[in-house]
Amino acid sequence: MRRLISAVALLLAFGAAAEAAEGAKPPAQHWSFSGIFGTFDRASLQRGFQVYKESCAACHAVNMLFYRDLKGIGYQEDDIKAIAAQAKVMDGPNDAGEMFERAGRPSDKFVRPFANENAARAGNNGALPVDLSMVTKARVGGPDYVYGVLTGYVQTPAGVTLMEGMNYNAYFPGHQIAMPPPLQADGVPYQDGTKATVEQQAKDVVTFLAWASEPTLEARKQMGIKVLLFLIVMTGILYAAKRKVWASVH
Amino acid sequence: MAAPAFKNGLVRWIDHRLPVFSFLHHELHDYPSPKNLSYWWNFGSLAGIVLVIMIVTGVFLAMHYTPHTAYAFDSVERIMRDVNYGWLIRYIHMNGASFFFIIVYIHIFRGMYYGSYKAPRELLWILGVVILLLMMATAFMGYVLPWGQMSFWGATVITNLFSAIPLVGDAIVTWLWGGFSVDNPTLNRFYSLHYLLPFLIVAVVMLHMVALHRFGSGNPLGIDVKGPQDSIPFHPYYTAKDAFGAGVFFIAFAGVVFFSPNLFGEPDNYIPANPLVTPPHIVPEWYFLPYYAILRAIPDKLLGVIAMFGSIFVLFLLPWLDTARVRSAKFRPTYRKFFWVLVVDCIVLGYVGANPPEGWFILVGRIATAYYFFHFLILLPVLGLIERPLPLPQSISAPVLKPAEGKA
Repeated sequence: MRRLISAVALLLAFGAAAEAAEGAKPPAQHWSFSGIFGTFDRASLQRGFQVYKESCAACHAVNMLFYRDLKGIGYQEDDIKAIAAQAKVMDGPNDAGEMFERAGRPSDKFVRPFANENAARAGNNGALPVDLSMVTKARVGGPDYVYGVLTGYVQTPAGVTLMEGMNYNAYFPGHQIAMPPPLQADGVPYQDGTKATVEQQAKDVVTFLAWASEPTLEARKQMGIKVLLFLIVMTGILYAAKRKVWASVH
Repeated sequence: MAAPAFKNGLVRWIDHRLPVFSFLHHELHDYPSPKNLSYWWNFGSLAGIVLVIMIVTGVFLAMHYTPHTAYAFDSVERIMRDVNYGWLIRYIHMNGASFFFIIVYIHIFRGMYYGSYKAPRELLWILGVVILLLMMATAFMGYVLPWGQMSFWGATVITNLFSAIPLVGDAIVTWLWGGFSVDNPTLNRFYSLHYLLPFLIVAVVMLHMVALHRFGSGNPLGIDVKGPQDSIPFHPYYTAKDAFGAGVFFIAFAGVVFFSPNLFGEPDNYIPANPLVTPPHIVPEWYFLPYYAILRAIPDKLLGVIAMFGSIFVLFLLPWLDTARVRSAKFRPTYRKFFWVLVVDCIVLGYVGANPPEGWFILVGRIATAYYFFHFLILLPVLGLIERPLPLPQSISAPVLKPAEGKA
């Protein structure tokens, strides 16, 4: 048995070594939406939306989001109409059979920066800016990983040669990333007086992207607490019933 | 089958023409069960409950899902975002698959520990293995439906296994795909079969129940029920015990569904399928990892596939491979130790299956694979002949009555 335990420990150690080779594990951050009672910090969500709009949206789509979804980050109907109206949406064909541009509506999907993958690659030196609508669910490490990449632009270590047009990133797999550092200190003018450091912007935009990945997270956790409370009480009653039924057998 | 006198006139009228009430009374109330079943005997009815949950949630998901390569991924996300409580239905279905396997694996190991497959319950056991195979096929095809990266590449890897068959392998793979790669026809047929197979599972579960009720449940002592003092009616005793067990299960299930719904999933499957980009590690769902490890332990593709399917096929032969007369491991001290070694072996296989076949994992995977087959093909037949079991108790009620003096 002891030999077995040491064999298992050995296996785990090898697993850890294999992980280290692929890229450093991004440090865990504290997120408002983690934990059983976690909810999205609304102010952070709105700042994050601003960061997305001003620093990411030029290249990255969030294809799963509709403007109407912004209700979930605390905007009112009128705000959403105004935000949607800033976008130009291709619609049609009209009665004359022609496509036309119109102002966006809450029922529209977020307008994408590029019409298709080829256009996106052509505009980005051959690299494809990924769709961000699922990004915190679609990466190992989730929000910590996305935060790690956004803040992980460090000095290229000696002895590492980057390919042309690439940047060094501490947490991106393989460390060579085509995206230049997307966030600059005070790059986004926050309205609420929060200091727009790179870390703060990263935190806010990752909060926004975590919401975009799963807008139903709060509903899920809130229902979960009620369901668990109910189940615990019900199971207690079922246990009492079982004891009563079995009393005569034991 | 003596029909009980029902008080309700309508029930009597129906029962005279269609004896469903007599049947239920006979199979639930009269059905005598050993009085000493432990909580390990809860997992059969739990598996039935989860099967029903999977079918019900699956039917609702099917109302909103689009089986087309261009729309499948988005339609699943639409369920998650825009369908009322769609996230709940989908997370229950997705995690229900994992919990189904957890329950069924415990159920199978329970059977192995207590020798539940021994005469006269061989066919009961074999039907159970058939259910496991059907579950595996259903789960595999279900995992393809969201059309994420792991869906696509998992389907590619697994269907490609059939190309190992000599002469006709490639033709079979083309036939399975409905084309020359995993594509829309593949997705469509997988959807169709994913909807069909659960109902076949229901049918085999019914046969499993018929076989079970022929001789009744085994029990932790592995000795036969000798008379009415050894048994109690299934209802209300085991309905009450199963209901409590189900409550505990639902707490664990809800904990994952509501607070960590992607625990068992691969992040890569939230990236839409892309035939041009291969993920760095293609791994199946956790419940297939031990088989995946066996497949990769053998350097030859065909032999690897044979070993992988053989690892399940060997279960069909288990009632005859185990030559011991005594059922329960409680009275087989040596077998009991090797049972736990097998459990650890399966966990090691699962761990190896989750990691890329490099370095030590290759060696460990091969040793664990060899041990798996050694356990069933050599150890069990030999051990049954040479092991000296402990003396069996006279009857089920004998040891149940005894501890009353010793323990308070």
